[in-house]
Amino acid sequence: MDYKRYELNSGLAQMLKGGVIMDVTTPEQAEIAEKAGACAVMALERIPADIRAAGGVSRMSDPKMIKGIQKAVSIPVMAKCRIGHFAEAQVLEAIEIDYIDESEVLSPADDVYHIDKTKFKVPFVCGAKDLGEALRRINEGAAMIRTKGEPGTGDVVQAVRHMRKMQSEISRLVSMREDELFNAAKELQVPYELVMYVHEKGKIPVVNFAAGGIATPADAALMMQLGAEGVFVGSGIFKSGNPEKRARAIVQAVTNYNDPSVVASLSEDLGEAMVGINEQEIELLMAERGK
Amino acid sequence: MLIAVMALQGAFIEHEKVLNKLGVKAFEIRQKKDLERDFDGLILPGGESTVQGKLLRELEMYDEVKKMIEDGIPVLGTCAGLILLAEKLFEDNTSHLATLPVTVKRNAYGRQIGSFYTEQNFGNIGVVPMTFIRAPYIESVSNGVEVLAKVNGNIVGVRYKNQIGISFHPELDNDTKIHKMFVDMVKNFKLRKAA
Repeated sequence: MDYKRYELNSGLAQMLKGGVIMDVTTPEQAEIAEKAGACAVMALERIPADIRAAGGVSRMSDPKMIKGIQKAVSIPVMAKCRIGHFAEAQVLEAIEIDYIDESEVLSPADDVYHIDKTKFKVPFVCGAKDLGEALRRINEGAAMIRTKGEPGTGDVVQAVRHMRKMQSEISRLVSMREDELFNAAKELQVPYELVMYVHEKGKIPVVNFAAGGIATPADAALMMQLGAEGVFVGSGIFKSGNPEKRARAIVQAVTNYNDPSVVASLSEDLGEAMVGINEQEIELLMAERGK
Repeated sequence: MLIAVMALQGAFIEHEKVLNKLGVKAFEIRQKKDLERDFDGLILPGGESTVQGKLLRELEMYDEVKKMIEDGIPVLGTCAGLILLAEKLFEDNTSHLATLPVTVKRNAYGRQIGSFYTEQNFGNIGVVPMTFIRAPYIESVSNGVEVLAKVNGNIVGVRYKNQIGISFHPELDNDTKIHKMFVDMVKNFKLRKAA
């Protein structure tokens, strides 16, 4: 992949910043999401909460269904492929998807290797639960990172844990002496150049969103204050009582995350939030897929 | 001099960084009360125009910002910012601030796979880097609109009175010439206002 293509792809993620990316399963939902202010949509057959409930192997969505969503909206459309499943990624590239999410929400296709994302023209976003995972994915060509969180639970605890972990590891690298960075690279299992980048700039080289378990405007404000540059909302919107109103409120909460009085008024009368499950109640930890 | 950057969604921090590099102070507009500050120029950044246009209305800033631009405050719109300024959108009934008499075609180069980079002439400031990301271009212009740049025959930069509209992202590259041009425009506006 040439240098400029990577710049263009990480640049698209920069344009998504301060925005909300919403999971949708039909063209109708995609239109609702766009009207409510989504900066992009993630097209998938089943939202994570339903994938969790259904069990079994979960795969890339039907390209026809994804194309239907591409036709329905003017904003970027993302879709998920399984971890390591480069042939699914090729299919998504062939239908000109705007972003591929190599996602732990689906059943992994490879338990050792992630996709070599440098071989693709379209950009990838990948999940990470700490700095090492984030930098390994970037080294493989990811142009955007998101926390893994725990998808389909409506429980924000894991997204918080992952974001805090990443931020504290970044601070640690920043405060290190230069001669300590070689060992840090060894410990994180990532190239020295990326460690040096974080040491100098105090951030990872690509945009970092929060994902997994975000269900309310306050959840979104929490993640933004912890350092997220935008949020993914999966099951939280279309599993709630009033998807349109909730979607709109989360979009505004991401813009004004630092103003509690705004977040307070946005949190009123949203109807029922998704029921959710606590992390202790779930059997399958999707965040443990793909390191 | 103080320049406001609309920070509803998108790549607003990148604009602030370029302004800081030029020694110009910038602040973010996120809600209506931010418009009360006294500022000399306005930047509408890249991002998703559907999101920004919607937030502009929902946060009740639309009328005030439109009036400000009509009254002559210098404004620079890049990508989504250009779409917000455009009087008309090609084969699309929506419009936002509609202060710039041009017709803009959204996603004119297709999906992300059609995004590209080039270097071409811009107005009288010479060759500049141009990063196009799911970019629009300007389909047609009304009388009085000065064309500043074309790529493959399509208009990608214009000026009309105190408004500059660009379909690419000068804030993503290291070249500061376009922002410098805008800052000079703001300076002149300030001088004229004082006189």
